[in-house]
Amino acid sequence: MKSIFFHLMPYRDLPDDFEERYESVWVTPPNTELCDPVKVAQYYKWNLDELELADRLGFDGLGVNEHHQNAYGFMASPNLMAAALARRTPNNSAILVLGNTLALYSPALRVAEEFAMLDCLTDGRLAAGFPVGTSMDVNRCYGVTPTETRPRFYEAHDLIMKAWTQPGPFPYNGRFNKLRYVNPWPQPLQKPHPPVWLAGGGSVETYEMAVNFDYTYNFLSFFGYQFAKKVMDTFWETADRLGADRNPYRAGFAQQICVAETDAQAEELYQEHVNYFFKKCLHVPPYFMETPGYRTKRSTEFILKTNSPAEMAASAAARNDWKSLVDAGFVIAGSPETVTERLREACRGLRVGNLIALLQIGSMPHELTKRNITLFAEQVMPNIRDLWADEGWEHKWWPQGARQGQVVGTAVAGE
Amino acid sequence: MTHVEPEQSFVEVCGGKFKIRTLQAGHGAPLLYLHGAGGLFWDPLLDALAADHHVVAPEHPGAGESQGLEHVEDLWDLVLYYNELLDTLGIESAAVLGHSFGGMVAAELAATSPHRVERLVLIAPFGLWRDDHPVPDISGIPPASLPGLVLADPDGPLAAMLPSPDPTDPESLFRASLTMSSILQFIWPLPDKGLSKRLYRVKSPTLLVWGAQDGLVHPAYGEDFAAAIDGARLEIIDGAGHLPQLERAEQTIGLITDFLR
Repeated sequence: MKSIFFHLMPYRDLPDDFEERYESVWVTPPNTELCDPVKVAQYYKWNLDELELADRLGFDGLGVNEHHQNAYGFMASPNLMAAALARRTPNNSAILVLGNTLALYSPALRVAEEFAMLDCLTDGRLAAGFPVGTSMDVNRCYGVTPTETRPRFYEAHDLIMKAWTQPGPFPYNGRFNKLRYVNPWPQPLQKPHPPVWLAGGGSVETYEMAVNFDYTYNFLSFFGYQFAKKVMDTFWETADRLGADRNPYRAGFAQQICVAETDAQAEELYQEHVNYFFKKCLHVPPYFMETPGYRTKRSTEFILKTNSPAEMAASAAARNDWKSLVDAGFVIAGSPETVTERLREACRGLRVGNLIALLQIGSMPHELTKRNITLFAEQVMPNIRDLWADEGWEHKWWPQGARQGQVVGTAVAGE
Repeated sequence: MTHVEPEQSFVEVCGGKFKIRTLQAGHGAPLLYLHGAGGLFWDPLLDALAADHHVVAPEHPGAGESQGLEHVEDLWDLVLYYNELLDTLGIESAAVLGHSFGGMVAAELAATSPHRVERLVLIAPFGLWRDDHPVPDISGIPPASLPGLVLADPDGPLAAMLPSPDPTDPESLFRASLTMSSILQFIWPLPDKGLSKRLYRVKSPTLLVWGAQDGLVHPAYGEDFAAAIDGARLEIIDGAGHLPQLERAEQTIGLITDFLR
């Protein structure tokens, strides 16, 4: 199984009464009141140090993503972060940009260009993430008409794939992108193109697109195993229905993970930061989450049948109820043995071959984050690596230029 | 005022691409009523108008039970669609009354097809933008704040009657979301889609009705509309918000029926 250290890059110092005083962590948290650029300068350095440490410790991949006007992830351009990582990752981890929110870019050719640049900069270590994006980012922060969210996403995808694989120059006559000369310099280093990773949150159309185009499907949620099981089971049913195999490397799953020497110590060290995440970082009013028209009719009908567990997490966090959060799998926490056992169970149950490990959570400070990353790399990762070895699947979606196996020795890891 | 029971039908437009739930009542000269973001409801204003008009009140494509939103990509398509709807109904020209978002569409129709609009009534229409009175994001309003924005008296009996979906009923939420999305498609992210450049083409006698306490579309917009449309009359109604036809029904209905007489 592949282990990817994924960094959301949250603001680590929101005020104690943030969730009472402000409407939302996303879209409207007032920047001059709450976001201190001096602090952010420090955070960005810590975030990159943490990602670079993960490369040195032998993680298979490093993950970054895109959000806007968001205190739990102020990485408006993940491509800038990926470019910084490209030059400081001697162990050649894959760089997974999960991803660029296609509907935001007009022309979407910009994404084809920047991803091709990153693929060349990293010598083919890029996985190209194509999320539809949240309603907060797409509709509210970037002003895209809700009903145009999916049409823009599909058209951008079509344009980018043609720009990457067809000889230029050629004209492109889309509804949102009208271009006389499509001819990006360069096309990507990986052929036919970097592997495409989709990020989904339960929209029916995204399951089908992943299977039909042979892309990975990645469930990025914070709500633990039970909820993920509903989502991933539907993904695998879709794969069966559309005639794809059950190769677990088709799927990724994001999980918050806290490793300590003992289970009790995990609670003591991490509870405060996990609570911060569920109370403050998920503080988004329902009327921002689903702007009418953001989901298609079909997906709206589907989602209405699946209850959102966000409130449950927030209430568990509000009660300082570590046991509920851990038991429900919102966070997998404990000794290396406990974490290993629970991750093996979860990933087996969901049938995912890519673990997207969230190891910096909420207000977690730099030193504790490094400790979490290190304990995971040294005492958990080696014991989950073989999870799917018995089935003998090939990982067809791993970037061609990235290191394929374990780091051998320590010589390459030093700086 | 007597209550009229309107007749409901599904009108097919453009060879069935659109299936539009339409309420009709009364006899006389045709009057087209275009509803706002809350959806289509038959109210006392329509009762009064049906006394001497043939009132035709269609849902917007994609709102409620009406279909065809996928065939209107932008405002231009929507204006053409309304021309097509009038053709289908055999209405060459009509009095046109629009409320809120429906007022914006009515103004667009009057600007692009002035010969089809004999008299124009706009109740608190969207369509313009002022930095000193930004129109709130109607899909981003906490439910508890809504009465304060649309009613002069947010604690009055009307507050409880505001059309709002039952949060425990998925079907009701689904319908409300469809209606809202069909309207957001034409006013997102801000309702300024260039109407100010086109208003000079409105040739019909025009009445603008505004609640003095409208927290959604400030009455200052009434002055902008009045300045842009030749001969338009602006009536500001005290004690009313964004729904003067409900909150100050008698006064509003009197003004409109007199104007249309």
